[in-house]
Amino acid sequence: MRDVAIVAFAQTDHLRRTDELSEVEMLMPVLHQVLDTTGLRTSDIGFTCSGSSDYLAGRAFSFTMALDGVGAHPPISESHVEMDGAWALYEAWVKIQTGEADTALVYAYGKSSPGQVRDVLTRQLDPYYTAPLWPDSVALAALQAQALIDAGDTDEAALAALAARSREAASDNPHAQLSGAVPAGDYLVRPLRTGDCPPIGDGAAAVILAAGDTARALCERPAWIRGIDHRIEAHGLGVRELTESPSTRLAAERAGVFERPVDTAELHAPFSSQEVVLRKALGLDDRVRVNPSGGALAANPLMAAGLIRLGEAAARIHRGESDRALAHATSGPCLQQNLVAVLEGESTHA
Amino acid sequence: MPKEPVAVVGIGQTKHVAARRDVSLAGLVREAAVRALQDAALTWADIDAVVIGKAPDFFEGVMMPELYLADALGAVGKPMLRVHTAGSVGGSTALVAANLVAARVHRTVLTLAFEKQSESNAMWGLSLPIPFQQPLLAGAGGFFAPHVRAYMRRTGAPDTVGSLVAYKDRRNALKNPYAHIHDPDITLEKVQSAPMLWDPIRYSETCPSSDGACAMILTDRTGADRSPHPPAWVHGGAMRSEPTLFAGKDFVSPQAGKDCAADVYRQAGISDPRREIDAVEMYVPFSWYEPMWLENLGFADEGEGWKLTEAGVTELDGDLPVNPSGGVLSTNPIGASGMIRFAEAALQVRGRAGEHQVDGARRALGHAYGGGAQFFSMWLVGAEPPTR
Repeated sequence: MRDVAIVAFAQTDHLRRTDELSEVEMLMPVLHQVLDTTGLRTSDIGFTCSGSSDYLAGRAFSFTMALDGVGAHPPISESHVEMDGAWALYEAWVKIQTGEADTALVYAYGKSSPGQVRDVLTRQLDPYYTAPLWPDSVALAALQAQALIDAGDTDEAALAALAARSREAASDNPHAQLSGAVPAGDYLVRPLRTGDCPPIGDGAAAVILAAGDTARALCERPAWIRGIDHRIEAHGLGVRELTESPSTRLAAERAGVFERPVDTAELHAPFSSQEVVLRKALGLDDRVRVNPSGGALAANPLMAAGLIRLGEAAARIHRGESDRALAHATSGPCLQQNLVAVLEGESTHA
Repeated sequence: MPKEPVAVVGIGQTKHVAARRDVSLAGLVREAAVRALQDAALTWADIDAVVIGKAPDFFEGVMMPELYLADALGAVGKPMLRVHTAGSVGGSTALVAANLVAARVHRTVLTLAFEKQSESNAMWGLSLPIPFQQPLLAGAGGFFAPHVRAYMRRTGAPDTVGSLVAYKDRRNALKNPYAHIHDPDITLEKVQSAPMLWDPIRYSETCPSSDGACAMILTDRTGADRSPHPPAWVHGGAMRSEPTLFAGKDFVSPQAGKDCAADVYRQAGISDPRREIDAVEMYVPFSWYEPMWLENLGFADEGEGWKLTEAGVTELDGDLPVNPSGGVLSTNPIGASGMIRFAEAALQVRGRAGEHQVDGARRALGHAYGGGAQFFSMWLVGAEPPTR
């Protein structure tokens, strides 16, 4: 395997709505920021890959317009996943592994504000038997939360404390949408209160990947991807044990998480209860700093939130605040699909 | 370390039709996947990862359908990636899967693309509200017709060339049991007398709306050794993109298409594509795109593509058969159309194309494009393993 690192990361400020901005306008500043950080231009990049969803944009082929923002002329080697940008990063990492590229630009964006995101996400479900009932994303997460409480894995007070800790951590994150003392609020869907749920918002993120000496030339302390893997579970909630996340566990094993302790974990847990599931699957104890950015409870721009976890973990390594970090992204109802990566600074890889 | 050679050892398609009311989306994709597994003599347990593609989610009205389809494709507990690059997606999906093998991340990968257009309404799915689209574009034909007109004016091609392509592809489709349009009574006169839809494109020169899926099993050298049938080997593959609209864009022969082909030929060691390639599966949704792409892909000099078509070079028994399967003009489950091109190219070099087999095909090109002629994906497959 080639050594590949995240060498630059940028994200927008995440906002409840950005009516005045198109997706391209929202994306442009972060593209420029990662390129400026590295001194690269679009024409220097070996491969470009993005993640987004037409259903959020409310129109087909929405990503074609975003490409205009990249400035793809002369033509570029480029691809797109209809998934969170974390999987776009994975595709780019594979491309670099083939030796066909030494650098990659990865970006993701999502505007949840134009529609009713809880309704929109029901369209992800089995279209014949489940989607016609419109079970929304919060209700499905509430099922999972109740299963955890029934199993004795957590209780409402613990969930509230977890959410408070996330948003307290987000006080240091200028991009966060919710930070500081956010009230636990009323029940949205029992047992979840508004405080247990992510904010609805718009945002974008971008990273640059580079291999070997290219990475060292572009970044003082590259965040090396020591392992990355992703796994999916069955779709039907009735055949899954919702208090467990076997796909996260398996992806973490394949990514090498359990070979040595991590000091930091950026988990993509949009609901407080999902952090409980992920901590268990990943075997994280209190010695690990979980979601110092505030996580998805502080800002959850769909399709970008997973990529942001990778970016936040990498940025801590860039700044020397972490030596070995875990980054996680999720997709689908109740943590159906999960990606796990291990990032390290140079010093721990002698 | 050089890349791992990638072999296509299994191919499966559904019989493409206007509406498969007898199966769900899951049933449709599983049918193609099972056929690919049977061709490769493998089981679900042999598959390490699944890469799935389709064109916009609005076509079936399911957001990110890979989540729902994970069970049907045996992906539970495995990695599953979902690619979406507009009309080129079937080709891009196959290339992402091939990269997983080439990079030695996985050994055996199932890749699949589908569209079940009857579940929803593709015209509605493509009708973007103003201000996202100019109000004068009526479907894909409305977008591409002016570019066909520009090609005719630029090259002086006679207006009969388009109908020759449609007549040829529809006759080829009669030899392909999976093709959607089977018209045994097809005549050139019938093609030429069809109603004009978007001048100069007639109804008979347009692609149908199909339900269908296409699957391939890609594997490494060890996997290829175990294959019961001859594999197709990937000798080159590339994607290129350029913006939808910009000053200086050549809609007749986009730079991204030229660059993509050049990259594939460089990887495959091809210096004279016209002589060194035996069959081409080209993305031709409107008949005139055959002569246009012949030039864009380097098979003919600029302005000369229509002469190859007119001279019968691209016929099934011609010197450079184009779309022996019947092509997109005969079968168009949009998200799968690109992968069908890639798979049909592989069938040709495996010698498993049945009645539409090109005699002695050793090297074949699969080609796809999408968006406003802005996304391109191609691969070149051969009967022998790559030596470079």
